[in-house]
Amino acid sequence: MESSHFHSAERLTPQARPALYWTLADALILAKRHLIQIPRIPEELIFATIQPVMFVLLFRYVFGGAIAVSGTTYVNYLMAGIFGQTVIFGSTSTGIGLAFDLQKGLVDRFRSLPMAKSAVLTGRTISDMVRNTVVILVMWIVGVLVGFRPEGSVLAWLAAVALLLFASFAFSWISATISLSVSTVEAAQSAGFIWLFPLTFASSAFVQTSSMPGWLRVFAEHQPVTLLVNAVRGLLLNHPDASTIWQVLAWYVGILIVFMPLAVWVYSRRIAR
Amino acid sequence: MSNKPAILAEGLHKYYGKTHALAGLDLVAEEGTVLGVLGPNGAGKTTAVRILTTLLKPDAGHAEVAGLDVVKHADTLRSRIGLAGQYAAVDENLTGYENLKMFGQLYHLSGAKAKQRAIELLARFDLVDAGKRVVKTYSGGMRRRLDLAASLIVAPPVLFLDEPTTGLDPRGRLAMWDVISSLVSDGTTVLLTTQYLEEADQLAHRIAVVDHGRVIAEGTADDLKTQVGGERLELTIAPGGDLDAALKTIQPYSSGEIQISAEHRHLAVPVTRGAQQLAAIIRDLDAAQVLLDDLALRRPTLDDVFLTLTGHAATEAEAAAGEVEAARSLVRSV
Repeated sequence: MESSHFHSAERLTPQARPALYWTLADALILAKRHLIQIPRIPEELIFATIQPVMFVLLFRYVFGGAIAVSGTTYVNYLMAGIFGQTVIFGSTSTGIGLAFDLQKGLVDRFRSLPMAKSAVLTGRTISDMVRNTVVILVMWIVGVLVGFRPEGSVLAWLAAVALLLFASFAFSWISATISLSVSTVEAAQSAGFIWLFPLTFASSAFVQTSSMPGWLRVFAEHQPVTLLVNAVRGLLLNHPDASTIWQVLAWYVGILIVFMPLAVWVYSRRIAR
Repeated sequence: MSNKPAILAEGLHKYYGKTHALAGLDLVAEEGTVLGVLGPNGAGKTTAVRILTTLLKPDAGHAEVAGLDVVKHADTLRSRIGLAGQYAAVDENLTGYENLKMFGQLYHLSGAKAKQRAIELLARFDLVDAGKRVVKTYSGGMRRRLDLAASLIVAPPVLFLDEPTTGLDPRGRLAMWDVISSLVSDGTTVLLTTQYLEEADQLAHRIAVVDHGRVIAEGTADDLKTQVGGERLELTIAPGGDLDAALKTIQPYSSGEIQISAEHRHLAVPVTRGAQQLAAIIRDLDAAQVLLDDLALRRPTLDDVFLTLTGHAATEAEAAAGEVEAARSLVRSV
């Protein structure tokens, strides 16, 4: 048999490396897989951007005049909320992408390979974080065009972007967990989105929580989107608040501690059918 | 490994809730041979493949592939097997080359080796030009070839092909058969599931017929065909035609019991080497002045195998006992 050109290919054995190396390397290979697709399906990125742009225009020119905020202009107030909403809504693409991979049998192929199991999830959450960076950049430019004037240091602005990306990464794992728990792409789409509406609108993203009725305020002031938006707003408008930032980190580290293992668990159960 | 079969499954059971998907499945494939697993949708073929490729754990039973236990040595086994599925599991938005390179890296080949392997496989599967295009633009046959190429990256000694030609046009199917045959002549052991007897006939050394999660017959294609009863010549006599004359003319060619349906003026005649005898049969019928509405030579189909072995039609595997007769006459009247 060694005569055939097919089997004569030199030893096609895997390289020996520690498991941790492969956990990372495999995740990066899959992240790259998603990233090289972004320019090939430009409509996906365009639609991911159009929605927040519409929110900017709506709130800046339609509702904005009727919303009172203290201490700054409404457009300056608004942009932190837009950034928060954008990355959180953007994280749903993690779940939708996974649902498509499951539907198309790609997950089966991945599972039949000697690769790190977690990479299918990590690769996607990483690439979605990179994608969100692009969307934040676009939204920043749109914001500046409609009058957004960030204050304070560039370092603080970078810290704000870092917080947003960390939050998007954490929400991606929730999105992955949800989409692996339902059976179709369509279900993954709606289940991934629906709960984000109360979370982003009953927050400080678009209005000050002080205008809300008491019972709603209790929820709005303590939920992770409000904390994220408040921390980002502080960093963008030159009144950073260390305590808020720590609370944000605690929330999102907590989300990761719960949802990373949960997503991997649901993933291995989901395919064991 | 040389004295052990390349694929060995013993008493596999798998439940999905109340459904008993595998009910004591046994399979054996010797090294370098093709085992065809033949059965209707829902017979348990895919479940068996998923267990043998480590995607699924059996609820009971034991299986070894390439001498490795599919549960205990799952991790090692994954770098010795290839799997190509019913759905071409490749990324539509990557090019053929990018897909193969990525899968090579995920098999943990070095970057350089993964690239080299991608180029080799594209050439082997006649996808050199297509390799630069995104898979979305491929035909169904090209996708299947790429899917198969992806399963061959580490030149695995054992290959699992789950309905590799389902949904392909006849040309794509023939091309796929060629590729599979050449792999086997290179020494790869192949387990192939299919719904088509013809495909198993073309490719498999041995065939296991699966129904309701267990093997109901096993043997070479010839063994199975003998059980089914071989070819049948089916005649429909024109209205007013002479049924008795037809029967008398056809009798010498029959290799068994002729089924007669006077009501439908229909004769089903078991024959051997029907194609060679067809011209003579028609001449004789013409000489006897038998007018025909229809004449067809039927080769055994999966339905025939199933009817013979199980008493129900393959495509009606779920049919209730009362519907079996209906299915039977349906098959006959086709």
